[in-house]
Amino acid sequence: MNRKQQFKEGLITNNPVLVQQIGMCATMAITTTLFNGVGMGLSVLIILTCCNVVVAALRKIIPDEIRLAIFVVVIAGFVTIVDLLLQAFIPALSAALGVFIPLIVVNCIIIGRAEAFCQKNTVKDSFFDGIFQGLGYTCVLIIMCVFRELVGSGRFGGGLIDIANGFRFTLDGTGGGIQIFPEEFGMSIMNLPFGGFLTLGLLIGLMQYALKRSEKKKKEADRAAKEAAALKEVEE
Amino acid sequence: MLANILSISLGAILINNFIFSQFLGCCPFLGCSNKVDTAAGMGLAVVFVMGLASAICWVIDNYILIPLNLAFLETLAFILVIAALVQFVEMFLKKSVPSLYSALGIYLPLITTNCAVLGVVLLNVQNNYNFIESLVYGITGGLGFMLAIVLFASVRERTQFSDYPECFEGFPICLVSAALVAMAFMGFSGMKIF
Repeated sequence: MNRKQQFKEGLITNNPVLVQQIGMCATMAITTTLFNGVGMGLSVLIILTCCNVVVAALRKIIPDEIRLAIFVVVIAGFVTIVDLLLQAFIPALSAALGVFIPLIVVNCIIIGRAEAFCQKNTVKDSFFDGIFQGLGYTCVLIIMCVFRELVGSGRFGGGLIDIANGFRFTLDGTGGGIQIFPEEFGMSIMNLPFGGFLTLGLLIGLMQYALKRSEKKKKEADRAAKEAAALKEVEE
Repeated sequence: MLANILSISLGAILINNFIFSQFLGCCPFLGCSNKVDTAAGMGLAVVFVMGLASAICWVIDNYILIPLNLAFLETLAFILVIAALVQFVEMFLKKSVPSLYSALGIYLPLITTNCAVLGVVLLNVQNNYNFIESLVYGITGGLGFMLAIVLFASVRERTQFSDYPECFEGFPICLVSAALVAMAFMGFSGMKIF
């Protein structure tokens, strides 16, 4: 399978959130600071890749009737592993994401990829699919975080970038981020649930606009090429 | 005790509504809110499953997992309990109340992947609720979900006749109108009980 094609599908043309429109609960809930977004995105990426590999490896011996139950057990196992690792090594992230880490179990992205992709493809393809789809998810989270944080509280990289003690990255959630304009000027409603719904709605709307436009362009280019070919034939 | 239960129920239905302030259960909320009828059916099924799941998971957590020092398996155990429960409810309804079964249709099996159900069970553990409190939180959380989905379905029925940009068709316009309903629900957030 073509890696470039898979990469493009994961990030743009078949992006899990913007095009497949699944896994939206966590997307809207946790995208308030860059720290949360990057943490959640990478957790999902790791879990998705592991589950994809395991499901693809077992695809020939999983009975069809109980496949969903098996997928759920595999996913829940990896989610528990990641949950415990985060509690041990990055407790700030675990506290910030709260119930949304265990809730990755019912995130439709993972069960959706297991059902739609890994059942029919090799381990290697599934591995790359997990990475690219996870990257696509992470990118959407990062875009939403950056937008909501900037408009909501005038900051960039809250929790992740610490400029008080020199410019460095922190993982304990104490970094204040870069203040771009004073917090009082921000629309704090963007940090509340309202902002989550609105930002995702606008983002998906933008994506649909872009996809439609590129399709139209392609069609026009095709038609122009055909016309040119026809004209050439006539000339000859 | 009674005051506590009242504050939990008001909190779950209005102040910390599962959809509009905690973002739990958004997929069925956006997927099944085309019509008020189906939205109400979905809401009813969720109330039922959330109540049952919080009761059963509380028992399993406190009498099996914690005594055996297996609390780290909570997520795994809960999702299996919920999946089995949904399957069981489906079989029970099919045999004894076929009218309700056919009314709920496809939504019943889909409840397994509704994060509000797993979410309420995990929140019960996180908040250290006792049995009665867990049961109340489950049922009222489901009622909050039902209120949200029915209200939103009636909003959405109207957006079908309104004139919005073409690229917003489908999910985006839904999310934008959900944002407005969420803004209305923010009015409850200042409320304090007891």
